[in-house]
Amino acid sequence: MAAIEILGLEKSYMVGFWRKRPKRALQPLHLTVEEGEIFGFLGPNGAGKTTTLKMLMGLVFPTAGTARILGKEWTDPEVKAQIGFLPEQPYFYDYLTAHELLDYYGQLSGVPGKERKQRVEEVLQRVGLTDIKGVQLRKFSKGMLQRAGIAQAILHNPKLVFFDEPMSGLDPLGRREVRDLMEQLKHEGKTVFFSTHILSDAEALCDRVAIIHKGELRGVGAIEELTSSVQGKVEVIWKGTQAPASMKALGAECHVTGDTVRAVIPENQQDAAIDALRREHLRLIAITPLRTSLEAYFVEKLQHSQTTAGTAK
Amino acid sequence: MNARILYIASNTFREAVRDRVLYNLIAFAVLLSAAAIFIGQISIEIERLVVVNLGLTAVSLFGVVIAIFIGIGLVSKEIEKRTLYTVLSRPVRRWEFIVGKFFGLAGTLVVNTFFMGVGVFAALLYVAHKFSGPDAWILVALYFIVLQFLIICSLALLFSSFSSPLLSAIFAFSLFVIGSFSDDLRGFAYLTRGFAHWIATAAAYMVPNFSVLNVISSVAHQQAISSQLILQNTLYALFYSAMALSGAVLIFERRNLK
Repeated sequence: MAAIEILGLEKSYMVGFWRKRPKRALQPLHLTVEEGEIFGFLGPNGAGKTTTLKMLMGLVFPTAGTARILGKEWTDPEVKAQIGFLPEQPYFYDYLTAHELLDYYGQLSGVPGKERKQRVEEVLQRVGLTDIKGVQLRKFSKGMLQRAGIAQAILHNPKLVFFDEPMSGLDPLGRREVRDLMEQLKHEGKTVFFSTHILSDAEALCDRVAIIHKGELRGVGAIEELTSSVQGKVEVIWKGTQAPASMKALGAECHVTGDTVRAVIPENQQDAAIDALRREHLRLIAITPLRTSLEAYFVEKLQHSQTTAGTAK
Repeated sequence: MNARILYIASNTFREAVRDRVLYNLIAFAVLLSAAAIFIGQISIEIERLVVVNLGLTAVSLFGVVIAIFIGIGLVSKEIEKRTLYTVLSRPVRRWEFIVGKFFGLAGTLVVNTFFMGVGVFAALLYVAHKFSGPDAWILVALYFIVLQFLIICSLALLFSSFSSPLLSAIFAFSLFVIGSFSDDLRGFAYLTRGFAHWIATAAAYMVPNFSVLNVISSVAHQQAISSQLILQNTLYALFYSAMALSGAVLIFERRNLK
């Protein structure tokens, strides 16, 4: 069974003061997310990711279309007991402590009293919020609020979790922890649907991704499938004062700065470049991915849409 | 009551308490104590009348200000701060949210009125040295004040479901003022003819009739309140609040939370 089936959801807003005209925020969207997968919903800011999530949560009403979540109509209240949602940059009742907030949300989600107390402690521990007893949320940092947001989304043990920009506001360690948490959720058999514009997160986590731009779906599939036609780039830095011919032969554009040389080469030439440097007895300093294949695909899709729009004009 | 409504109501009550709304009781206590002492010194024979009038009017005004200023933010603040997203993405229906908020604020005002009522009786005891039988009618006046609060809460919620907090406050406060003179509005409707008569009559019946809920002067003069009036006022306040609340629900059910 599909965890999410989006069947032509679309959204237009009326804009203008006197002469109102419709502005389309989301073109008819068709998308299926299978149970048990981590699905990344990618797109630049303003692409329509949050609008889609809000429609699935019943916060915004679609202009047309429908959706099914866990095999039921998405408006069915029973469905909502089985899903968790983390909004973008969450903000909570700042007069409550994290324990009180989660207890309240547990009540609303129908978690029984005895189990609730235990669940609250468990999830707070799980998201790394310890030693916060009695501290009101108004005193929480942005990262702590994000963690509290993740805690409330998984509190009631939902089958499907929606995260809107879950890494936002977190430091590198926090981002690592959230990535681990999402992988744990997958291993527990849950489906994770998350939106992001940070492609490295999606690349590290997702079974499949969808790319959305200007309210239109540009591509959907497994990352390997989508990126088979594009190449990423890596940056190679080594000790030296000039670029050897073997490196130039790989199509590398080399720049010498003092006693180091920097070259940018296609991802698939990485091994050949290392071999070439070894043959020349040059000391390799670093190899850094500059643009992953997913980023390359993403940029290509975005540029393609801009070119199409330009031609249409 | 539906459990989710109860949870939302108790959270609303908790918010009001933690936002130090009940601190107004301190201002009220200071005002009443000072008035009681002052009146005790300058009034002859009419201390009781003055304390009851002043005390109940203060209960009413303090409560109205709280009802309007909390009521208008109940929905708009949750939308603006996006706390509503994590509530409505749970198995909570929109009408349950509105009704829960209403009961939370109504509960806050009942508790507030209870403590202020205790204050009024304490001030009365201070100036009159003993209670008399007709003082029991003060309880009825307090009950009518609570009924006024229910109407104002529901109106504030109605306005806040579609307009900005500032406009909601203006609308709610204007209706409170007009409603307090609704008897005069009805009198004016009676005097007019033709189209103006229809408009004035419609307006007189549309605005909440707070005149009928104000028996402060009667109880200050130790006049009895008929059980028929108590019943009529109860039904009127419940009906009016239910209508305003239904309007709020109807609007909120269709609202996109951008």
